[in-house]
Amino acid sequence: MAWAEQILRVDLTNGTCKAEPLNMEWARKYLGQRGLATKYLSEEIDPKVDPMSPDNKLIMTTGPLTGTCASTAGRYSVVTKGALTGAIACSNSGGFFGNEMKNAGWDMIIFEGKSPKPVYLLLQDDNAELIDAGDYWGASCWDVEEGIKEKHGDPLIRVASIGVSGEKGVKIACVVNDMDRAAGRSGVGAVMGSKNLKAVAIRGTKGVPVKDTKAFMAATAAGKEVLAGNAVTGEGLPAYGTQVLMNVINETGALPTRNHRDVQFEGAGDISAEAMVAKRDSDGKANLITNAACFACTIACGRVSQIERTHYTVKDRPQYQIVSGGLEYEAAWALGAATGVNDLDALTFANFICNEQGMDPISLGATVGAAMELYEDGVLTTAQTGGIELNFGSAEALTAVTELCGKGEGFGAEIGLGSKLFCEKYGKPELSMSVKGQEFPAYDSRGIQGMGLAYATSNRGACHLRGYTVASEVLGIPEKTDPLVPDGKAGLVKAFQDATAVFDSAGICIFTSFAWTLDDVAPQIDAACEGEWTVDYLLEVGERIWNMERQFNLAAGFTGKDDNLPQRLLKDAAKTGPAEGLTNQLDKMLPEYYAARGWTVDGVPTNETLSRLAV
Amino acid sequence: MHKSLLIDPEKCTGCLQCEMACSLDNEGVFNPTKSRIKVFRFHAQGRAVPYTCTQCAEAWCAEACPVDALVRSKETGAVEVLDDVCVGCKVCTIACPFGTINYNQATGKVVKCDLCEGDPECAKACPTEAITYVDANWTGLDKMRQWADKTDNSAQASA
Repeated sequence: MAWAEQILRVDLTNGTCKAEPLNMEWARKYLGQRGLATKYLSEEIDPKVDPMSPDNKLIMTTGPLTGTCASTAGRYSVVTKGALTGAIACSNSGGFFGNEMKNAGWDMIIFEGKSPKPVYLLLQDDNAELIDAGDYWGASCWDVEEGIKEKHGDPLIRVASIGVSGEKGVKIACVVNDMDRAAGRSGVGAVMGSKNLKAVAIRGTKGVPVKDTKAFMAATAAGKEVLAGNAVTGEGLPAYGTQVLMNVINETGALPTRNHRDVQFEGAGDISAEAMVAKRDSDGKANLITNAACFACTIACGRVSQIERTHYTVKDRPQYQIVSGGLEYEAAWALGAATGVNDLDALTFANFICNEQGMDPISLGATVGAAMELYEDGVLTTAQTGGIELNFGSAEALTAVTELCGKGEGFGAEIGLGSKLFCEKYGKPELSMSVKGQEFPAYDSRGIQGMGLAYATSNRGACHLRGYTVASEVLGIPEKTDPLVPDGKAGLVKAFQDATAVFDSAGICIFTSFAWTLDDVAPQIDAACEGEWTVDYLLEVGERIWNMERQFNLAAGFTGKDDNLPQRLLKDAAKTGPAEGLTNQLDKMLPEYYAARGWTVDGVPTNETLSRLAV
Repeated sequence: MHKSLLIDPEKCTGCLQCEMACSLDNEGVFNPTKSRIKVFRFHAQGRAVPYTCTQCAEAWCAEACPVDALVRSKETGAVEVLDDVCVGCKVCTIACPFGTINYNQATGKVVKCDLCEGDPECAKACPTEAITYVDANWTGLDKMRQWADKTDNSAQASA
């Protein structure tokens, strides 16, 4: 019940697909999706393996709630050893692919080995088949999705694919489903490309049963009411999307600008939610067309936009004059504030390219920002950039580099290394704004202290989705804490991290946590799944998952020294805004965090902690 | 008094809660492929449109049925399928101008929206009121009100 209790194991080397039962003992310990797939990966690969080698595995996975009517229950994750980071990677995505996989009767698809030639997996209920993808190799995510639907004569097939960037091993490549939804971070698309796996196409007709339908309907209805009645999930996100944060975070003095040189962006208003809904002078239309929901989502934060037809990016290029996904806050920040670009339509275009070719806009924009700093410092010249004048604020430079990166060509291929390798290559490693090789998202940790600790300790490298203390420090959820002080943040970060692991493993979207606590989630899981799922037990599951991921990274060669932030955030004080004069106080928070976790002073889980959690 | 499902695509976000509510009520499982209401998403236009049986007064499905398996409910006005009469010939699916009556391979019968005996689950599940259940005599009332407001050209109060 709730779980399909079945795994598909795809051996790409030998071209075979085999069903096997889900390990229900592990499901009880790790719930599903992020937790359960990480357990499988930890058991099946050597953490020291080269992420791009056939010995790495790639797992697509759903949670027990995926495919049910619980609000936002359409998520799936891609779990692997990340190409960008070499750490445990778990990137999750909405849209409609996850529920299709569950409806076809599968909790998880484990891809192992490497296909001798490009293939895609076609999964129709019980029938799994690897099909030659020669015709689609070199195609964008948009073209392969359309192509597969047409080839099989079924517009209801759901497709998750990689673009050219993933084929070429661009380290910031992601997996895109439903045209504009992505398992975005850590380079999971590059791992998929390394296996010669172009796409996964699924059609499921079986349905998803739950343990106690009546109790489940009551629990999910109560959950939906909480979301509808909450100011963030009931009003803010539907009306403005995550972009509602642009002006808020800028005013907080925590909007990283021009590769984190500054914490406030003078052009924030031009790329904000308010700008997206404003009518343009030129044609009287707005960038934002409408909002849209992922499967089962009653929030509908998704943005759907259209670029002005005469804009330089789309003029004479009708394929980009369509309506499509964008801009979310993180993408708008990375492509905009991090690069100093305030041209909303140019950002929308760069975001379209990211969706079309399968790239993570956060890592892309942040890396372009780092490259712009190198260019302005004279380290990079036009000889190296292929003639592109890479100045901060240049929309033309941003869109040109984005297109090149999507094709894995020329200077774009260098940007595709991600900021860590890129900055190392040019002898300036200190200018990479990253942790464990993954670029920061859209919150500066001088203005939001807890986020610095969350970034430093995130198991998949710098990330806002592994412990979003912004909720507490800026928005006052569940209670307001002062973003400028490090006190009390260790416990806060741990609590957010453990709870987030539960949300991610259940099959629901982390945005529900603006309104829901585990008190709202537990009854939904409990009514859907066999066994008893109390709040206390779920917290234990969350902590267990966090420690398991940590163990993977330690075995992969990471140490406590990698729980760090770039010197810029620790030494260069913020120049403006509420955080003026402040650096991040990681050294105060980290020891307290290790203690709260039951880890040694070097950041290693003690035997006592591991045995308490039965990791 | 009969009521109708009133669908406003402008309000639809494409979440498929209606499809899940429909499949759960009729088939006992969350399964969009077994829903009697279907949301079509037109990606390049940014639109999502829920679509289901309109319960035509002159029901061609019922007219075409050779065994009289399609009958109108006096209570709700919905055309319902009598499963024990239906022979699964699919003539009704040809006759329906809108494609909203469909053959179910698992049961060998046709399926269509029956308004859930007067309490449609899809309307209850819709989070944005894109699907509502209204007085059949006044399905256009809201639109009329909006247009009346837009076209109101009466003199404004002046000082």
